[in-house]
Amino acid sequence: MNLDGFSRLAGFVLLIVSLSPSYLAAQQKPDNCVGCHTALGDERLAEPAKHFAEDIHATKGFGCVSCHGGDASDAEMSAMSPAKGYIGKPKGTKIVEVCGRCHSNARFMRQYNPALRVDQVTEYYSSVHGRRLKESGDPKVAICSSCHRTHSIRPPSDPRSSVHPLKVADLCGSCHAEAKIMAQYKIPTDQLEKYKKSVHWTLLSVKGDLSAPTCNDCHGNHGATPPGISWVGNVCGQCHVVNTELFDKSRHAKVFIQMGMPGCASCHDNHQILQTSDEMLGLSEPAVCIRCHSAEDRGGKSAAAMRTLIDSLGKEYDKAHSILLKAERSGMEVSQAQFELSEAKTALVKARAAIHAFSVVVVKKEVDPGLQISAKAHTRGLKALEELGFRRRWLVVSMAIILALVGAIVVKIRRMERKEQ
Amino acid sequence: MMFRNGDRKIEEIWLWLDERVGLTEIFKLVKKKDVPVHTHTVWYYLGGMTLFLFVIQVTTGILLLLYYRPSAEEAYESIQFLMTEVEFGWLIRSIHSWAANLMVFTLFVHFFSVLLLKAYRRPREVTWLSGMGLLGLALTFGFTGYLLPWNELAYFATRVGTEIPGAVPLVGSFLRRLLRGGDDVTGATLTRFYGIHVAILPALTTLFLGLHLFLVQKHGMSVPPDVERQSKEKKVMPFFPNFLLRDLVGWLTALAILAALAAFIPAELGKKADPFQPAPVGIKPEWYFMFMFQTLKFLPSYILGIEGEILGVLGFGLGGLFLALIPFLDRRTARGETSRLFTWIVIAIIAYMVVLTYLGYTVSPTK
Amino acid sequence: MAQWSMGGIVDRRRFLNWFLGTTAGAFLFTVFYPISRYLVPPKVQESTSRTVTLALKPADVKFNTGQIFRFGSQPAILVRTPAGELKAFAAVCTHLACIVQYRNDLNHIWCACHNGHFDLNGLNISGPPPRPLEQYVVNVRGDQIVVSKGA
Repeated sequence: MNLDGFSRLAGFVLLIVSLSPSYLAAQQKPDNCVGCHTALGDERLAEPAKHFAEDIHATKGFGCVSCHGGDASDAEMSAMSPAKGYIGKPKGTKIVEVCGRCHSNARFMRQYNPALRVDQVTEYYSSVHGRRLKESGDPKVAICSSCHRTHSIRPPSDPRSSVHPLKVADLCGSCHAEAKIMAQYKIPTDQLEKYKKSVHWTLLSVKGDLSAPTCNDCHGNHGATPPGISWVGNVCGQCHVVNTELFDKSRHAKVFIQMGMPGCASCHDNHQILQTSDEMLGLSEPAVCIRCHSAEDRGGKSAAAMRTLIDSLGKEYDKAHSILLKAERSGMEVSQAQFELSEAKTALVKARAAIHAFSVVVVKKEVDPGLQISAKAHTRGLKALEELGFRRRWLVVSMAIILALVGAIVVKIRRMERKEQ
Repeated sequence: MMFRNGDRKIEEIWLWLDERVGLTEIFKLVKKKDVPVHTHTVWYYLGGMTLFLFVIQVTTGILLLLYYRPSAEEAYESIQFLMTEVEFGWLIRSIHSWAANLMVFTLFVHFFSVLLLKAYRRPREVTWLSGMGLLGLALTFGFTGYLLPWNELAYFATRVGTEIPGAVPLVGSFLRRLLRGGDDVTGATLTRFYGIHVAILPALTTLFLGLHLFLVQKHGMSVPPDVERQSKEKKVMPFFPNFLLRDLVGWLTALAILAALAAFIPAELGKKADPFQPAPVGIKPEWYFMFMFQTLKFLPSYILGIEGEILGVLGFGLGGLFLALIPFLDRRTARGETSRLFTWIVIAIIAYMVVLTYLGYTVSPTK
Repeated sequence: MAQWSMGGIVDRRRFLNWFLGTTAGAFLFTVFYPISRYLVPPKVQESTSRTVTLALKPADVKFNTGQIFRFGSQPAILVRTPAGELKAFAAVCTHLACIVQYRNDLNHIWCACHNGHFDLNGLNISGPPPRPLEQYVVNVRGDQIVVSKGA
């Protein structure tokens, strides 16, 4: 092509401008790209164009050219020339580069969403996925498009997004639960199955509590890496603060690290974290303590003692609660007693958290006040039922009066009628 | 006169009232009233017993009115307050609840004894009709009163119960809307039922009861046909004071039973009604509606192309009509002959009601 | 008392009439005593399950403090915010039903069991609680504080 000086300048400016991110804002309209691709009648080519209108980038004014380069105003095949910046379908690290071009640029991103992070690429290359991609060019690892998809990207808060909290587990599982894909890496593939049995998944999927953790909350999303043994507690402790604080001060903390045991996950498992119960504590199945302890060692004895304490408080609380309920149902006024009993419930919850200090003294400190309160409430309940007894005694008196009156009348009738005869 | 020597003051008061109200006249009428004495005399007490229990209901009902609040937001709490904070509130409410059941029971016994002893025959046909009216009013009292605590059981029982008139062809849905004060059972239903229970029904009952009692006084006590036919000398006892004192014995015994029931099995309250919760398993109506409820449950969904429920409701309507017209249908009794047929029909009806009621409580609700 | 020495039918009749009269009187007493006690309104005039009048003077509730009181049979917390507003909430933590408390160092409500935090609108802002605290309506009526459940 023989371009005169002016056209060359224009073309150069156009090239620079088309590559410069700041210009990309709301200038390029994808008209011709979309127009051709949808009219071609080839499903494979039409698909990206069809879905792109719902993509968040489209709604912000970005077009095909923003990522793929080229010239949207050109209606010919020349629109897709490398001279115009066209890169075709990016693969591997190229994808990371394309996404990162905007998403790592703080100045650029704050025009659209000042709250979005801009370190995803940095995080990504610290992850197992990123490291493998950089070092060995592994084509099977997850990259941006694996999770976020390509032409229908939506923010994670959008329920239709591929990375919405409810979808994350299955998304990770699409590779990590497939034996065929994971075979060469020698990692287990049962995490998804186990997670789906966990209380966290139940909270997410059944109770709809979106703050419950899924894969990325513990593993990180862009910097995805399994937590190290020594910092499992820090991960769990993000939410379970009290338990973690107590655990860190306990004798188990150092011992677990020395033994290479993964902190919280030693007793609670890492993926199949089930609803806890008092039965996990103690020396009989299904307790977790017996994995290491027995009735002969100090730890085992502590476990048994703690279990006894917690059970006793649970039982006393239940006893008081049910007698007050019985009194209430019989029509007695027991709201003051029930109010005071609720403190015992608090004590029970605190005692269960206190187990993580693995010290009988700490647990006893929570249990004792609870026992006192429960006993007092139980006494109140007994008194209320006694009042019921008082009613029955009053009844006997009034029945006696009525029956006496009836007797007197009967005698009166008899005498009256005898006289009449 | 009838006063003994020591009652000078009472005699003075009597004379003062007599001059103004005409007590002597009234007393003469009362003294005239005689009650036939024969093997079936015991059934004569049941009408008076029902009346006594009704008076108990009115008294305890008025007392309850002083604390009850007829709105969906406050009804349950006001009864809870009544049961726990008001002195003897539990007693008044429990007696009201138990006396309602006892009254319906004695009413049914009175009803069936009249049927079996053929007391409906001439000239007591209007007495019979006014009695049928009172039966309907009593059952309506029970149905409307049941909802007033606005608890879970009552709410769902009322839901089911008001659904049934909806099955009547043509006017069904209008009737249901009229009863419920809307399309669903809501606070509007509660207010409506309250108005019916404390104003409309008492007013109607006053009319019907007045008529019924007047006619009973006018015609006196009916003597069963076979006793009438006997040539033996007809024994009687004066109503005042003999029969009345015996009445009193029965009434006081009933009161003692009510007090015992109130103390040992006080009225329950249960949970507050929550329209957004699913219905609990095994909703049951009060025992006096159980036989109808269970019959409807047993009927197949479709009989000869018509919905089973509609046929059931129409059936009950026809049954009620039949019973109301018995004095006119029982020709043999009207002629003075024994009518075995109608005796057996009544026994069959009693058996049907007893068996269906029993089944209602024993058949599993999930069948 | 009756002259028993005089024996005979007259005395028995007199005794019977006396007995009849006395039992009738006792009977009327057992009927009218409960009714008259019933008619007297109880000290607690309203059910405490919907509104509660506190035994506190508004002037005694200091700024940036909170205290537990009884609402029906449940614990509730009365808070005077740092800005001076009176607020009340159900004190039952929405996580595992522990009783919450007011932290004047954090200027908001806190649950000691698992470190749950609630702001001064009752919203759960940190920790495990999944739902906000139920908020009650607080009214000052002269020298009284009246807390009631909202509509």
